[in-house]
Amino acid sequence: MHTLYHGIENIVGNVLMLRAKDVGYGDLAEVSFGDERSLAQVIQLDGDQVYLQIFSGSRGVPTDATVRFLGHGLTVPFSDDLLGRIFDGSGVPRDNRPELDAAPVGVAGPSVNPSQRIIPRKMVRTGIPMIDVFNTLVQSQKLPIFSVAGEPYNELLARIALQAEVDVIVLGGMGLKYDDYLFFRETLEEAGSLSRTVMYVHTAADPTVECLFVPDLCLAVAEKFALENKEVLVLLTDMTNYADAMKEIAITMEKIPSNRGYPGDLYSQLAARYEKAVDFETAGSITVLAATTMPGDDVTHPVPDNTGYITEGQFYLRNGRIEPFGSLSRLKQFVNDKTRDDHRKIMDRMIQLYAAFRSTEEKRSMGFRMTEYDTKLVKFGGLFEDKLMDLRVTLHLEDALDTCWQIMADCFEQDECGMPTELIKQFWPNNPTD
Amino acid sequence: MSETNTLTSTGTIDGVNGNLIRVTFPEAVMQNEVGYAVINNLKLKAEIVRIRGRQCWLQVFEDTAGLKVGDPVEFSGELLSVELGPGLLKSVYDGLQNPLPELAEQCGYFLERGQYIDGLDRTAHWDFSPSVKVGDLVEAGESVGTVPEGMFTHRIMIPFDWRGKFTVKEISEAQTCTVDTVIAKVADAAGEIRDVKLYQTWPVKKSITAFEERLRPTENMTTQVRILDTFFPVAKGGTYCIPGPFGAGKTVLQQITSRRADVDIVIVAACGERAGEVVETLREFPELEDPRTGKSLMERTLIICNTSSMPVASREASVYTGVTIAEYYRQMGLNVLMLADSTSRWAQALRELSGRLEEIPGEEAFPAYLETVIANFYERAGLVRLKDGSIGSVTIGGTVSPAGGNFEEPVTQSTLKVVGAFHGLSRERSDQRRYPSIDPLDSWSKYPSLVDPEKLDQTRRGLREGRDVEQMMKVVGEEGTAMPDFVMYLKAEFLDEVYLQQDAFHDVDGASSAERQIHVFGIIHQILTTPLTFKTRDNARQEFLRWQQMAKDWNRTPMESPEFKTAEEKLLAAVEAHRSTGEEK
Repeated sequence: MHTLYHGIENIVGNVLMLRAKDVGYGDLAEVSFGDERSLAQVIQLDGDQVYLQIFSGSRGVPTDATVRFLGHGLTVPFSDDLLGRIFDGSGVPRDNRPELDAAPVGVAGPSVNPSQRIIPRKMVRTGIPMIDVFNTLVQSQKLPIFSVAGEPYNELLARIALQAEVDVIVLGGMGLKYDDYLFFRETLEEAGSLSRTVMYVHTAADPTVECLFVPDLCLAVAEKFALENKEVLVLLTDMTNYADAMKEIAITMEKIPSNRGYPGDLYSQLAARYEKAVDFETAGSITVLAATTMPGDDVTHPVPDNTGYITEGQFYLRNGRIEPFGSLSRLKQFVNDKTRDDHRKIMDRMIQLYAAFRSTEEKRSMGFRMTEYDTKLVKFGGLFEDKLMDLRVTLHLEDALDTCWQIMADCFEQDECGMPTELIKQFWPNNPTD
Repeated sequence: MSETNTLTSTGTIDGVNGNLIRVTFPEAVMQNEVGYAVINNLKLKAEIVRIRGRQCWLQVFEDTAGLKVGDPVEFSGELLSVELGPGLLKSVYDGLQNPLPELAEQCGYFLERGQYIDGLDRTAHWDFSPSVKVGDLVEAGESVGTVPEGMFTHRIMIPFDWRGKFTVKEISEAQTCTVDTVIAKVADAAGEIRDVKLYQTWPVKKSITAFEERLRPTENMTTQVRILDTFFPVAKGGTYCIPGPFGAGKTVLQQITSRRADVDIVIVAACGERAGEVVETLREFPELEDPRTGKSLMERTLIICNTSSMPVASREASVYTGVTIAEYYRQMGLNVLMLADSTSRWAQALRELSGRLEEIPGEEAFPAYLETVIANFYERAGLVRLKDGSIGSVTIGGTVSPAGGNFEEPVTQSTLKVVGAFHGLSRERSDQRRYPSIDPLDSWSKYPSLVDPEKLDQTRRGLREGRDVEQMMKVVGEEGTAMPDFVMYLKAEFLDEVYLQQDAFHDVDGASSAERQIHVFGIIHQILTTPLTFKTRDNARQEFLRWQQMAKDWNRTPMESPEFKTAEEKLLAAVEAHRSTGEEK
């Protein structure tokens, strides 16, 4: 029923042009040549000229390739059988298992009506004290992890995927090193967490175009799960690769670049993805955590800069730790008054003391004399870093709060710690560890 | 436009590129005319942005997926317009004036494309009372009657684009009616009868000019934020902008202003920003009490929300929709504040369109006409005297989100040229938790302050000198700083801590009335101009810290309470103890 077209007129970059009629904007087409076939998407219509972006890249595409239009846009099959499966950026299984036989759902659907959104209300427990205690992740929140290449952001995401108290994890890899992909797969398999995870992975060796679909596929699937009452956590790595793929395609399409070569709609494109994070009042929720590498540790680079305007705070990953200064969860105040009475106070006080420790460190490095209080601060700083900041530490929120008290008690007298007396009465540990 | 305009026709799509479609049209079309691309019985709203020969380009306000070459486009013969009438307040609209809660009732959680709902509720009933009689002469913008809308008297006016004088031929008795009811019939000079309903439509990109004259804005629009009202004031009918990097507190500042500003009506246009922030306003405002009237804040608020994931093309429309509604209420002699968050997103929408039209780009690929567009928008603010002698105003405040927090970029620079006040937010100050993080040295305002300009100048100079000393101290250390300089530095710190900074979440400190600001500023000025002497630098620092604590407690004391006066006297006495007698070495 679908007409077959032979003959491609132009091939520029990954864009093919042929003449065809009755083609819808955004529709998919199947391009076949020899034994190969690839999907392509209509990205421009100009009279009878149809411009197709080919997913597998244009290398080896002959001018007499056959093109068949499918009459619909990008879709992804959806059912509960998705759990435990791994796909590539065009939705083809990566795990040597058969294609999923399920009803397809549209990708990049309409956005949520703002009047249907609600004020966030539930926290996402990750078991990572620097997140749970100090910058609580909240359901429906979107947060980037800003880090320099080389920081263990993938390890952090994998830990969150294992530990987060949610129903479904959707993991999207963009421009992932093959080793990192294997790392994710093995870590999740070993911990038995693969069964609640769906992965869409584009590796650095795969065609660039496929990178562009990973966030959309992940979020479309996440949305479906959320509407089925599931609390979903979407982990994306690395959004800078995604933006770079957009840049590459935009430039081959001869679009006018705006800032450092990125297309002018970078903000809108990123926002359309991040804004999929939502808490449905009568169903589940989508929370998004996205690793964003900062080229040259520069937060004013267009990708982290635009991201910062979109997201609700950010985590900075520096020297293998989640930096306590600069990291911010803008939504934490909606939930951290409901966890435990001491949560807010101890969170603030620990950070203030840690800031004091940092300035003491500076003082010490400049050779100034240390007071007795300074020595206590130094001890405090060391314990804080080892027992809470170290990324390997896994603690439940309550245990982490107890650890905070323990550290305080180990370093300071009750009247030195600066906590309100009622809280001290309630929570001060009776048996300091030394 | 008049209703005789029946310029409707159908064209066919010839090309699709993103949200831009190229259409061949058979009959006349006009620039900026609205057309609807038809797909599977859905009509997608679009606006003509370029005409060339027999082809025109339309930007579609919705997702264009599935459109085909050859699909029909129906032209409406009208410019992009909004409905103006009773029932606008308390609404939550998208950029094209579709009420979002009603859309949700129809479509559920998601914004399905091609769904449009009338901006004004056709079933709501209003109590009309006439204010003219048969035989009276009226002209555009003059009212023929009123309906009560919440706490306001909503004037029903002769449509703003009707030229000349009209004779009232028929006027309705006081009655309960809907917006569609014809409440008057008037005849123009040629004797042709026209109907006047409770509402009229107006093209959003044209400003409403049915007033007598524009006046110079001079009266302070109090926001109860000290650094704004005293140092960088905004006048009713003025314009201001708030540029700042992410996380510096632009949106919080806008939210505080929308709650506390001394105006009748606030219009919030959330343009291309996070949906979550609008949700806070949406869910909290109905519960919050307006301190001026004791009613719910929502009664005086209208929200236009075209958040970042909603169609880009209607982002531009959203700020125009907002300002048009603001002008409409101004025509009733009301003071309206319109807040746009953020104008950078709107400028980016222009950039996207310009790129698709393959126009020659200007700086950072923004179109060359960016400056004109921004200037035209801010020029729609103003203080006006209406035809009946009453005064109304539109004040516009826009946030700017400069890339990388760098103010040297085109949107910030174009905005600075046309606004009357600049509230630059600084990352440095917000990192130091000095809120509101408005930079006290870089910001400026051309409007008159609440306080005596001479004292203000003196204080500002003191602040600048104190900061200079601080910079110098970083190099030479405290020891190398002369005592008078050190005191200058401490005075600047004192001013910053107790006057420029303000705890927005404290009931008393968060809302500093004009009267209080004038009084407190007087005292602070007195302290800053007192010549002081101290034995040692440590002693000076300790004393200032103590005064700071006293002054902060004073800030948190209600002005009516007896403690206010006591705290003030205690503070002054403490400072007085260190007054220099001129006899020290």
